[in-house]
Amino acid sequence: MTLLLAAFDPPYWVSTLIKVLVISIVVPTTALILGMVFLFKVMSWMQSRLGPQEAGPRGTLQLLADGVKFLQKEDIAPFGADRFIFRTAPLVVLMSTLLLYVALPASAHLVVSDLDVGVFYVLAVSSLSVLGVLMAGWASANKYSLMGGLRAAGQLIAYELPMVLAVLGVVIQAGTLSLNGIVFAQANGSIFGWDAIGNPYILTQFVGFFIFLAAVQAELTQPPFDMPVAESEIVSGYQVEYTGFRFLIFFLAEFATAFVFAGIASVLFLGGWAVPWLDTASDWYYVLGPVVLFAKVMIVSFIIFWVRFTYPRFREDQLQSFAWKILIPLALANIVVTSVLKVVL
Amino acid sequence: MTATSDREQIAALAARANDNRVNLDFETEGMTLNMGPQHPATHGTLRIVARLDGEQVISAEPVPGYMHRGYEKLVEVRSYPQINTLVNRIDWLGSFANEVPFILAAEKLMGVEAPPRAQWIRTILFEMSRIANISLFLGDYGLQLGAMTAGFYAFRDREHVLNQIEAATGGRFHPNFDRIGGLKDDLPKGWITDSHRAMDKLLAFCDELDDLLVGNEIFQSRTRGIGVIPRDIALSYGLSGANLRASGVDWDLRRDSCPPGLVYDQADWKVWTHPDGDCFGRTWVRLQETREAALIVKQLLDTIPSGPVMAKVPRIIKVPEGEAYVETENPLGAMGYYIISKGDLVPFRVKIRSASFNNISVVPWVARGAYVPDLISILGSLYFILGDIDR
Repeated sequence: MTLLLAAFDPPYWVSTLIKVLVISIVVPTTALILGMVFLFKVMSWMQSRLGPQEAGPRGTLQLLADGVKFLQKEDIAPFGADRFIFRTAPLVVLMSTLLLYVALPASAHLVVSDLDVGVFYVLAVSSLSVLGVLMAGWASANKYSLMGGLRAAGQLIAYELPMVLAVLGVVIQAGTLSLNGIVFAQANGSIFGWDAIGNPYILTQFVGFFIFLAAVQAELTQPPFDMPVAESEIVSGYQVEYTGFRFLIFFLAEFATAFVFAGIASVLFLGGWAVPWLDTASDWYYVLGPVVLFAKVMIVSFIIFWVRFTYPRFREDQLQSFAWKILIPLALANIVVTSVLKVVL
Repeated sequence: MTATSDREQIAALAARANDNRVNLDFETEGMTLNMGPQHPATHGTLRIVARLDGEQVISAEPVPGYMHRGYEKLVEVRSYPQINTLVNRIDWLGSFANEVPFILAAEKLMGVEAPPRAQWIRTILFEMSRIANISLFLGDYGLQLGAMTAGFYAFRDREHVLNQIEAATGGRFHPNFDRIGGLKDDLPKGWITDSHRAMDKLLAFCDELDDLLVGNEIFQSRTRGIGVIPRDIALSYGLSGANLRASGVDWDLRRDSCPPGLVYDQADWKVWTHPDGDCFGRTWVRLQETREAALIVKQLLDTIPSGPVMAKVPRIIKVPEGEAYVETENPLGAMGYYIISKGDLVPFRVKIRSASFNNISVVPWVARGAYVPDLISILGSLYFILGDIDR
């Protein structure tokens, strides 16, 4: 079967159609999986609750039931809202997420578009979601939304920079901007000549990993950086006026983005889809690659959501000073050390 | 959007321009943010009208009254046992504590005193309702600052106390157990050992929360130095309870003027104060008080005397003519009932002094200059129950 997949070379329009289909299936599915596993079950267990029990076996279909409920709701745009922008904003946020999936490699060939500058592309399109959030906040004609939108804009811009700088260390070490290239570099690398497990960059770039996860947490507006959607302060911020389907899109985008960022983190720091003892050119990766990547994504997501359920939230100004005074200098120092070692070793 | 012509706002802006923090060349128009009556941070239906400059609060005005139920009027047409059911609902998280000062005031007018066993159990249940109330505060404050898990832990462990209250009184939230001259019933079998176990669990919960929430750096950065109420301001606004003690005033009615009918002098315990008067101080004092309350309960459980739980009182209670005021240290602060009786089945007039009303009166003073997230910290740490504000 793996050989069949390897020999599969369809014409351009067929492969494009397949890619579109895969993305449009994968994005909601991953969002559902993360929502179900972490938001419902793991969160419940951490908080000594049972979580959903009734819908489906062990409550696994609860999120589908909720999704259907959202679809039934009326689509309301508040009086005084800028209707066109209000309605487009969730789509802009979702689009940013979809664009992220384009570059995520599930194996050497199972990738929608294997870009030479994958890292650069990912970091660039991830910041597009700010636009949607700001549109939502501004167009809702609601003071809480406005504050939430502005907070989100300030926060997401402040955390772009640490994220870029954190990834730079990896790029320097791998010597490539291609996500697949980074996976190859890790799988074929060695630790002082010992090459049994390759060289996953979490061992050398642990500072970068920490900063990347902190920045991801802020990008996803999750605690401890969830001021843009703080329920107890500004009542879910920019989402407050959204109902039904459009709220569902925000929800999907949030969890799909969490998934894809966890995926990027595993590609950059944990070796991506590769397994240490298997050669990266092996055809087995058509099947094995997605599985391995998925497992790593779940581990990283667990960390992300563990933090989310545990910490209180920062205040907006504390968050900014955390980004500018701690994360960015730390990331710069990391880059300097990485570059020096790269030249020396 | 309000006009900038508002006099108060201009005064505030000018004052801040004086200390060079705001550049008036870059003039911004203020915004009025109406928080509530339906807002997650207001525990119900408190409305707060805040004038903002950016995210900074220029003035904040609490508007209570959305939950006014007219208790002071209702009790004028109800007999004393009926009133007991009613006053349960004032501070609904620590209901038994609401009954006690009312019953004590009635007892004072009638000149009866409950037998020792009843006094002991009364004090134990009083402290248990304090734990039930404040442990929920500790979790809920975490929830308001974004730490979801603390809230659920509080709900989980409060259950131990509620189970004990239910076992003794039959009601989890509204026991209606206190009677003029004693208690409705004696304790059930095995209750004392179970209560010891529940208190141990509560102490473990306090340690857990100390680790998870109060010791957390983000929590501390959100609460330390925020919403500072100095000693003289706390006194002049009539704060009471933990809010007052967190400002460094060593004042606790349980120790200083415990009314007859409660036996706090029989236990060895400590009144905790905090010098800072900030949100962290208020949280910390409450955490210590929960521990202290659990220790009081454990000590009193070991020394309950035997005997009846009800003194000799007539079947139909007529309170003789007179006036009495009894005040106790309730979970939220000092709570008192001023009863005027004309010798009827019903009181002529009852004035209820509840703690939360005074406690939120300091909000306009303390919220000035704070950020919106700090406003949440401040409101949460002042800890009010809407029923206790509006009555």
